[in-house]
Amino acid sequence: MTALVDDSVAARPAAVITGIGVVAPNGFGTEDYWRATLDGRNGIGRITRFDPERYPARLAGEVRGFEPRRHLPSRLLPQTDHMTRLALVAADLALTDAGLDPAALPAYAAGVVTASASGGFEFGQRELEKLWSLGGEHVSAYQSFAWFYAVNTGQISIRHGLRGPSGVLVTEQAGGLDALAQARRHIRKGIPVVLSGGVDSALCPWGWIAQVANGRVATGEDPATAFRPFHRDAAGYVPGEGGAILVVEDAAAAATRGAAPLAVVAGYAATFDPPQDSGRPGTLRRAIEIALADAGAAAADVDVVFADAAGVPALDRAEADALAAVFGPRGTPVTAPKTMTGRLASGGAALDVATAALALRDGVIPPTVNVDAPALAHDLDLVTSARPARLRTALVVARGYGGFNAAVVLHHPTAAHRQGAAA
Amino acid sequence: MSSRELTVDGVRELLREVAGEDETGGLDGDIGAVPFEDLGYDSLALLELAGRVERDYRVRLADDTVVQARTPDEFVGIVNQARAGAR
Repeated sequence: MTALVDDSVAARPAAVITGIGVVAPNGFGTEDYWRATLDGRNGIGRITRFDPERYPARLAGEVRGFEPRRHLPSRLLPQTDHMTRLALVAADLALTDAGLDPAALPAYAAGVVTASASGGFEFGQRELEKLWSLGGEHVSAYQSFAWFYAVNTGQISIRHGLRGPSGVLVTEQAGGLDALAQARRHIRKGIPVVLSGGVDSALCPWGWIAQVANGRVATGEDPATAFRPFHRDAAGYVPGEGGAILVVEDAAAAATRGAAPLAVVAGYAATFDPPQDSGRPGTLRRAIEIALADAGAAAADVDVVFADAAGVPALDRAEADALAAVFGPRGTPVTAPKTMTGRLASGGAALDVATAALALRDGVIPPTVNVDAPALAHDLDLVTSARPARLRTALVVARGYGGFNAAVVLHHPTAAHRQGAAA
Repeated sequence: MSSRELTVDGVRELLREVAGEDETGGLDGDIGAVPFEDLGYDSLALLELAGRVERDYRVRLADDTVVQARTPDEFVGIVNQARAGAR
């Protein structure tokens, strides 16, 4: 019986990450972001995309200096929201990083699976304003898709002719991991390449109000103290924009074209929390445990955890409890580079996966910034300055608003993976 | 503006504005008889163009009529016919 299971597992293609494209508040492009992150450069600041003066929260992680015309054909501009433009650029960067020319692939050989949390709110708000103030004939025909959840997937697919299995996952901050898992399912079914990840932005009045209404957004005015997960004075999170697109490939296909994998998507699990008033415990710990089992990894194998880092005291406590339960108190280093970007909705966990892959590549754990007095120091070995380490296995944890939990285990590629071995 | 007839130059100008243009300069030159599809515009771009023309040229265009236009010449014909009919 065991042999049967092992055989079926061994026959499945391994999913590896071969390209990363990052657009983040503290860095544009993967290496720029990675240097900034290791340096602890904070990308959070007062909102500039609209006047935040009359709103209760005024800080965000904005992608600075992005000029869409420099990166995208003018044909795409009238039909794309800001978040889609960022996603298209991230996809371009990821393909370049992977050295992959989509035009050289057979038809249907590559799909696109991204995460989305809100859709194109800025575009949607502008067109709805036209509807109310000017009339229906003033609304753009592109409103028919430009604000949809699936629009980033669709536009990436069209731009590069990626006609394989595609879709979108909508689980808020957990989405980046759920999308990656769906990409891995496609790889295991025989699709050689899937673009995955997530890039989000809803930094317009409509998107802002929708987010602030959840009561978890930090109202502090100082970028150095507003978002301090695991800190004794944690008081909410700062939203941000951006994320990462990842090229996920069948290890064998990557080896055939001579591409070096950055990381292996070795394990995944998702759980859903019971209602808060049910009295039943949350299920984050189970997500972590199942993901480790899925990767065939023991807790002791995990060299670093990229935390969800909600910045809300009760949620920070719950995450610290789950990590301490699995790894033991201070059992493994924990970090939250998202303290430099804010929480990026569907882009958040995708960026964490990208960051974890870069950490595995370079053997260094990026820091958590601005958390000088962790409230949970007895449970968490929180990394607050870049720490060199021998990294073979990383865990990424994510929670989406509404009860979504997800965990992904990444392995450093072995020589066998580089030669295209199956999982 | 409403007294002007729509021309292919008008279509060119509005298309650039509402739907953008390929970097190859595909809208330059004599495009009157070139199919929208070959110019890189789909039916949504055509609807976007029609919406703008309705506002600028004070004319009502039925969606199903507009998408039958295969070329800028045909589009101009449909618009000016509708304007003539409305007078």
